[in-house]
Amino acid sequence: MLVSLNWLKNYVDIDGISPEVLAEKITKTGIEVDGIEYIAEKSSNVVVGYVESCEKHPNADKLNLCQVDVGDEENLQIICGAPNVAQGQKVAVAKPGAVLPGNFKIKKVKLRGVESNGMICSLQELGIDEKYVPKDVAEGIFVFPNDVIVGESVEPLLNLNDAVLEFDLTPNRADCLSMLGVAYEVAAILNQPVKLPDESLETSEDSVRNHVEVEVEDPELNPYYGAFLIKNIEVKPAPLWMRNYLMAAGIRPINNVVDITNYVLLEYGQPLHAFDYDRLNSNKIVVRQAKNGEKIITLDEVERSLTEENLVITNGQDPIALAGVMGGANSEVTDQTTNVLLEAAFFNPSSIRRTVKQTGLRSEASTRYEKGIDPNRVKRAGIRAAQLLHQYAGGSVLDEVVEFDALDRDEKVVSMDADEINKRLGTEITNEEMGKILNRLGFNFDQNKSDFTIYVPTRRGDITIFEDMLEEVARIYGYDNLPFTLPQGTSQAGGLSDEQRLKREVKGFLQGTGLMETTTYSLTNEKLIRTLVSPEVKEMEPQPVELAMPMSEDHKYLRLSILPELLQSVAYNRARNQSDVAYYEIGSVFLTKEKELTTQPNEQLRLAGALTGKWLEHPWQQEVKPVDFYVIKGIVEGLFDQLQMPVDFDQAIIPDMHPGRCATISMDGEVIGFLGQLHPTLEKEMSLKETYVFDINMEAVIGAYSNVPNYSQIPKYPSISRDVAFIMDDNVKAGDVKEIIESTGTPLVKQVQIFDLYKGDNLPEGKKSVAYNLLYQDPEKTLKDDEVEESFQKIIQTVNDIFDAYVRF
Amino acid sequence: MKEELQLLEKEAIEKIEQATDMKELQSIKVAYLGKKGSLTSVLRGMGKLSKEERPVIGELANKVRETITNAIEQKNEGLEQAVLEEKLQKEAIDVTLPGRPVPTGGPHLLTKIVEEIEDLFIGMGFEVREGPEVETDYFNFEALNLPKDHPARDMQDTFYITNELLLRTHTSPVQARTMKAYDDSKSVKMICPGKVYRRDTDDATHSHQFTQIEGLFVDKDVKMSDLKGILDTFAKKLFGEDRQIRLRPSFFPFTEPSVEMDISCKVCNGDGCSVCKGSGWIEILGAGMVHPNVLSMAGYDPKVYSGFAFGMGPERIAMLKYGIKDIRQFYTNDVRFLKQFHNA
Repeated sequence: MLVSLNWLKNYVDIDGISPEVLAEKITKTGIEVDGIEYIAEKSSNVVVGYVESCEKHPNADKLNLCQVDVGDEENLQIICGAPNVAQGQKVAVAKPGAVLPGNFKIKKVKLRGVESNGMICSLQELGIDEKYVPKDVAEGIFVFPNDVIVGESVEPLLNLNDAVLEFDLTPNRADCLSMLGVAYEVAAILNQPVKLPDESLETSEDSVRNHVEVEVEDPELNPYYGAFLIKNIEVKPAPLWMRNYLMAAGIRPINNVVDITNYVLLEYGQPLHAFDYDRLNSNKIVVRQAKNGEKIITLDEVERSLTEENLVITNGQDPIALAGVMGGANSEVTDQTTNVLLEAAFFNPSSIRRTVKQTGLRSEASTRYEKGIDPNRVKRAGIRAAQLLHQYAGGSVLDEVVEFDALDRDEKVVSMDADEINKRLGTEITNEEMGKILNRLGFNFDQNKSDFTIYVPTRRGDITIFEDMLEEVARIYGYDNLPFTLPQGTSQAGGLSDEQRLKREVKGFLQGTGLMETTTYSLTNEKLIRTLVSPEVKEMEPQPVELAMPMSEDHKYLRLSILPELLQSVAYNRARNQSDVAYYEIGSVFLTKEKELTTQPNEQLRLAGALTGKWLEHPWQQEVKPVDFYVIKGIVEGLFDQLQMPVDFDQAIIPDMHPGRCATISMDGEVIGFLGQLHPTLEKEMSLKETYVFDINMEAVIGAYSNVPNYSQIPKYPSISRDVAFIMDDNVKAGDVKEIIESTGTPLVKQVQIFDLYKGDNLPEGKKSVAYNLLYQDPEKTLKDDEVEESFQKIIQTVNDIFDAYVRF
Repeated sequence: MKEELQLLEKEAIEKIEQATDMKELQSIKVAYLGKKGSLTSVLRGMGKLSKEERPVIGELANKVRETITNAIEQKNEGLEQAVLEEKLQKEAIDVTLPGRPVPTGGPHLLTKIVEEIEDLFIGMGFEVREGPEVETDYFNFEALNLPKDHPARDMQDTFYITNELLLRTHTSPVQARTMKAYDDSKSVKMICPGKVYRRDTDDATHSHQFTQIEGLFVDKDVKMSDLKGILDTFAKKLFGEDRQIRLRPSFFPFTEPSVEMDISCKVCNGDGCSVCKGSGWIEILGAGMVHPNVLSMAGYDPKVYSGFAFGMGPERIAMLKYGIKDIRQFYTNDVRFLKQFHNA
């Protein structure tokens, strides 16, 4: 809502308050003022001039040579290129020395050999926004009505000195979609009275009932319909002041009839519609639901096919307007119109909202109907418009209105206990002060000590309960005046849950190993949705959750894995020459088996990582360590080690992963994720170089987590260390051998470590040597050599039996 | 003999002092104190001395031995030190060469902001709750006093999946879920951070996915001045002790009264600048007293209980704090962006 302060001055006294100060007060008390727009930058020395003569320039076809009376002793000779300049006009003249917006200085010049002493201005040149300039003067100079005085400054005449406040209205404050509503608000803030417009109406003897009938089929959808008839009007420009206000409010003036309906719409917040009475082809107005498939051509010349959802105004037969939204072309007011039927109606907000949603048509009128208008202003606005049509279109208003009226105009009654208000606000406002606040708001009330009964004006449809009054009192009292207190009563220990603490611990560990946390989008595209889904997730055959109306193809499905979007981030960096990336992310994936979703999907928390490029680089010591499988495995192992959770890694073949460099991660025999190198084909598709990833079900980790560490006593007796290297077939897994060593050696073998891997010289083709370090320990006593030796030999034998591996000496 | 001993001592000390390496010192030690050394041979002549002289000379001889031994030890220490020093000199390296880097990671900026806010409210006795990102229409809207036909639903364009399921447009449903999960005699004091989604086209100031932190406090006799007090504490801790706050009216369907909280602009200290668009104030969060409909739908009697709620955007806070101009940077994960905030 754009609020012209010059216009507002008609209803409330704001003299002596600068636009900035007023904006600040309104923002703090009621409505956020988003900005202050000055209609025009200051201009000087621009006055009304009378074009005494206008001839062709002797040396230029398109220029005119004008003699202009500007009220000075001598006329000014001005050359003007505007196509619409003519003798007898009153125009805006920038005299030599004038400064126009944009710091444009007017000087005496010679144009094609002839002197020009000033400039005849268009509205744009005076600083008015092109989109609000009336069409008839958009291509040329502005022409004043005849009653302006030659020599007068144009600044007030054209409202160039106006400031416009831009209100950012919240949906509850529809009352401020009108100048009167704004006036009540400002009056409450400034503690001033509101001056209402003249609502008297002079009518002719003839009754409108002789010419119009009104019929409403469903009072629920249309509780009030009033029709006024104004005869013998003349369609011409509206008065200058009205056009100025409309332009300031962001509406382009058209003609007096349209402008008056728009003016009253803005003044009262009441949408009105003017029909050409003679084009109705009937004397009947019937408001009804449209028939399915019924058609109407609206004012914007679009043919619209209607449904029963739409409310239409008809002439008894055909639709002549889409109720509350837009008029029909068949009954539009034209330059030839002489008799106007004026509609002032109240339509059901939900009905209008449905039509707007369905047609996509949103107008100043529909916006107000949707948000709810003041039932007590409907008829008054009609009277006001009829009066203005009489005054400014020369029409005679018939007596007075034909109406269908089932409208509830009762004020809502809200009780308000002043003590309760103080209790809720933490204030000590006296009953007397409370009454003053209500007076400022313009609310009538009865009072019995602290008990207030409030009769809420119908313009404030947003106030229905005690809490609404709490807000009204609080804001007028001033939020700045509320004390600062801290809550009393129940206190509790705040904190993180175990799960939240674990999440932070995992993040801390990963960051400590060198991974950076990312945040990627949860929504992904069709191509990536099934990429790199962990095997245990895939097994449950999840159906991707798809948005009904995505904004783009890129963000259409809820992810089944964090990895695809994470890898997009890696690719983004690679494309910007950032080739060393180590990322992780914790977030939800969305799992459901339902093709058509009926219940919320399972949001499973997962932890994913992606690493590529160099892991470590120390150039001058010639040390470069690229990311490889064992870097990423080390990170994952380290994490589970830190959390004291044993996990197993098993070679696996997973789509989109390198078939020889991929493993599943299992806990207690259940797969909970995977890790490895991406398949080179996927790397190429995603513009990645060698990249390693991991993906783990965090919920499994959370489920297994205990924040009580598995503590065991520090052993008192010395340990014995033994090394052994086995030569085995290349395809034997070092880890499988390790497991056998552990199980055979138990309970004396406490720890087995692989410390060497060798292939090549001195070993037969297809063989490798893997060296293990075994740590023997007995918590109860000092170990004896022979018991260690016995165990050691048993291990060598067992490994030999199972893997056909023999000891390398 | 006495003179002989004194001369010997003087001679030995001189030689020790002049010794330049440990080898020479060793030979001096042998020459004076060894089995065939000068001192030993002098002492051998002790037998010729009288009974009275013997202890006197003996004592003197021991003193001389001690003096020489000490001098050798001292000299030895000095020489050892010199050798060590020489060795260390040779071991000197160029300390200006760069060290071997260790891997360094860090949290995402949004995590830092969220955790900072979490910790701040935990300190004030709040717990941290989370909720689903795919929500029901009921919890996202209806339980928050936004029935199906409510005009305020236009305020946020929603990603619907079906008519009843959607991506949550705010973290507020966690309010309703938390209250519902509690029995109706328990006070609620929680904050909930999380991802939210709106049907927006991504640009410098809009993102279809972003983060919110919501707070809720419900108890008997919670006052609006309590909200002001809590928000003031929060703002001062997060933005600095010298910040002022102000509340001004706003509208949210789930609170009444509804306010927005501004803090005084840190750049201009309230004088007005380009950051605060001349107003001297910067909008930080929305808040209000919980609407009675929201309380009663969650099973709390609004006649007995009252409360306040607030919600804020960590992206906005980060953008204000660090002067970040494009919200998309939180989601593109440019290494050069991420690593700047690891110490923040």
